[in-house]
Order: sequence, then structure tokens, then C-alpha cells
Amino acid sequence: MDINQIEKSVSNSIPPKLKLKNIIMAFVWGGCMGVAGQLVLEGFMSELNLSVQQATAPTLMTFIATAALLTGFGVYDRLGQIAGAGLFIPITGFSNSLTSCALESKSEGLIYGIGSNMFKLAGSVLTYGIVASYVLGLIRLVSGL
Amino acid sequence: MKTVHFKNVYVHSAACSGGPMEKDGLLGSEIDVTFDDIYCGEKTYEMAERRLLASAVEAMLKKRNLKAEDVDCYVGSDLINQLGTAHYFMKHINQSFFGVYAACSASTLSSAVAGMLIEGEFCEKVCAFASSHNATAERQFRYPNEYGIQKPDTTTFTVTGAGAICFSSQKSDIQLISATIGKVIDFGFKNVNDMGSAMAPAAYDTIMTHFKNTSTDFSDYDLVVTGDLSKIGHQVLFDLFNSQNIDTQTKLSDCGLMIYNLETQPVFSGGSGCACSALGTIASIFKKMKEGKYNRVLIAATGALLSPVMIQQKDSIPCVSHCVVYQRCDV
Repeated sequence: MDINQIEKSVSNSIPPKLKLKNIIMAFVWGGCMGVAGQLVLEGFMSELNLSVQQATAPTLMTFIATAALLTGFGVYDRLGQIAGAGLFIPITGFSNSLTSCALESKSEGLIYGIGSNMFKLAGSVLTYGIVASYVLGLIRLVSGL
Repeated sequence: MKTVHFKNVYVHSAACSGGPMEKDGLLGSEIDVTFDDIYCGEKTYEMAERRLLASAVEAMLKKRNLKAEDVDCYVGSDLINQLGTAHYFMKHINQSFFGVYAACSASTLSSAVAGMLIEGEFCEKVCAFASSHNATAERQFRYPNEYGIQKPDTTTFTVTGAGAICFSSQKSDIQLISATIGKVIDFGFKNVNDMGSAMAPAAYDTIMTHFKNTSTDFSDYDLVVTGDLSKIGHQVLFDLFNSQNIDTQTKLSDCGLMIYNLETQPVFSGGSGCACSALGTIASIFKKMKEGKYNRVLIAATGALLSPVMIQQKDSIPCVSHCVVYQRCDV
């Protein structure tokens, strides 16, 4: 068996990646999420008479809660397969990563299950988010911007 | 690599079980016990897999009016760490147990071991079983089940089910005639979303060794079937035979392509898992052999022996394939 020949056969056998389709789907779904976000934000602003800053938090909470619920109902992973980055990148993806880990580890109890596994996937985002903010804060302090 | 020949090993009884996706698949009506719920009426996915295994073994015993104790020894495997399903199931069965691990090639390895125990006259009846569950495998080897990541088309879908075959020296209509235990092969493939390609060389090596050791080729079999190579790995294996000018005579198939309807069910490139080759063997091949459609079939189940830790350490995927040959007998 010749490895080059096998690799050639593998690359010929793999179905072509539908990059353009994935990009379009991510753009459309991500865009729809943005539009929905704006509508919810403006809804909070007009209905509850809030400023943009005040309405941002409940808007995010609405999306986080909706994504968590959809994950629990077993719908989010199916939508994720279609929408790709359109649902993965927004805050709904972060919510789904927490909820899916929590659901998965529910059977091992509150402490060793949900408690210690909930941030299994989202942990990297938090860790490097904190590291990045620390580095940027340091740069700002040193440069005096 | 050595091929073991059997003279007195017969399939005494066989049964399999499956989940909802398998029920809706191409072999749905041929599976002995099916469940409409992925939890199979249990609290956790791990318990569901045990329920599937227990159902398959019970159905296998019932077909011949056997009790669990009538079988001298059990040889079994699954995908969960520490063979969780097999061991937690066997604690209810008061008999000897051989735990074997060969990832998704477990069904043929356990059958080969069972054959050796019968041929060596160490046991009168031996049960070989294998099980897998989509949700337990997903959480152990991939991501949480509800994680909304986009899976590539090259990935496979772990079969939810279990298969159990009871072998004995008592003559029956299907005989186990030989087995080749494969060697671990690693060509450096690292893509866990395309394990079919990584396993194809292992399947090729075992099938070719078996042909050489038994002086046979494709013309001597009615079907040569691999375990879970997926559409991609199946094509790679086909290309490997072609490159050596070996005519597969349209006899090459894959269990992962038999179980689901790839056009309508969301299973990506095909089925995988320990239950994949077990269901393919019991629900399809054995039935067709009994109907007289096949006379001699070579089954080369394939296993990707990866460890999630080693993969994160940027190591590659070692693979193995074990093959067994069944022949129809006139009783």
C-alpha cells in the first residue's frame, strides 16, 4: 500500500465542501439573528421605555434563554447543522455550549456532573477572553491611551 | 497474520436490537427487538445501551429456548470506557466473561474468539455480543449530543443497537469456517471526522491476508463486507483493490451503508459503531444466507482505535480489521 496513492484516493472520495453554501447560510442566519436582535432591543426600548444601554442586557438574556430552551428541546443542534457559523458565533452559540454540556452531564449529578462539566466547551472562551482583556488592559495602562 | 480454520463451529442462534433510527432504516423489519425511544425506557443513555444489549441476548436465548446459564462463556465488547455496557450487563449473568476491545471491529473479534473456544473444545456454547449507542459514543468520542456544531459530510453516525450470536458445535444452517485476526495499522490519518479513510487500509490488509492464507479471492465469496468504512472509506478500499488489479466483482459492500437510508436519514456518510457490523451480520447477512441468497460471506469489521486524549495530543488514528467467514450448510 502506497500512502500517496491512498491519500489521493481519499481526496478524490471526499465529497466537495460546500463552502459557498455554508458561507451564504451563515450570512443569512447570522444576519437574521442581527435583525431579530435589533427588533427585540427596540421592543424593550419602546415597551419598557429603556435606553439603548439599559435594553442591551435584557435583549442578550432573551437570546441566551431562547437558545438554552431550544437546546433542551433538542432543536438547536438541528438548526446548527443548517445554519453553521450563523448560530455558532453569536451569543446563542455560547449559550448552547453551556446548556448542551449541562444536559449531557445531568446524569452524574449537580456537583461532579453539571457543576464541573458545564464549562467544558465554553471554558476556553472564558479563559482566553480573560487573558486577552488582561493583556489589552496592560497595554492601555503602559501606553497611557 | 494467521488465519484460524474452524471445522465444528456453527451459529446456534442470533438476534439483534436497534433504536428508532435503525427501526426506520433499511433493515427495520429484520431487527428482532426495536425501541421507539432513544432512551429505550431507561433513565440514561448508558442504561439504554444496556437495555439494547439485554434485549438482543434475551431474544437470542429465546430463539433456542436457552437459559443464560446454558451458555458456557460470553465474549463481548462495546465502545464505552472500561467496556461499561458489557461489564454492567454481565454482572446479571452468572457465567464466565471475556471482555474484548476492538472499537467498531468488536463483532468479528468476539465471534472469532468464540469460534476458537468452541473449536478448542473448551466450551459447548459461547455467546459473542457487541453493542453501541449513538448518544453514549457521541459524548465519549465527540461532542455533547445537543451541541449545535456543524458536522462535516465525511463523518459517520453511530448505530444504536446490539447484536448477539451464540456459537456451538451442534450442526446448524450457518457455519463459521475461518477467521483472520488483524494487525494494528496506522497510516497517519488524523481526521476524526473521516475515520472511514483511516480504516480502509486496515480492511484491505486483513482481507488480502485472508485471501492469501486461504488461497481464495472475490470469486469464492458471494459477498465481502466491511464494517463501517462509510461512503468515503468504501470508495478508498475499492480504489485500493483496483490499484492492484483485483476485480471486486461488485461483491464489495459495507454494513454502514446497509442499515440506514442514506438519502432520507441524516446519517452523513453512513453508519458506524460496534452495532453496525453486528446488525449488518445478523439482520441482513444471516437472513439472506438462510434464504439461500448467499452461500459464503466474508465479514471484515473495521475499528478506529483512537483515544480522544491521543488525538488532542495531535497523534494519529491506529486502525484494525478482523475478518470472519460464514458458510451456508445443509442440515
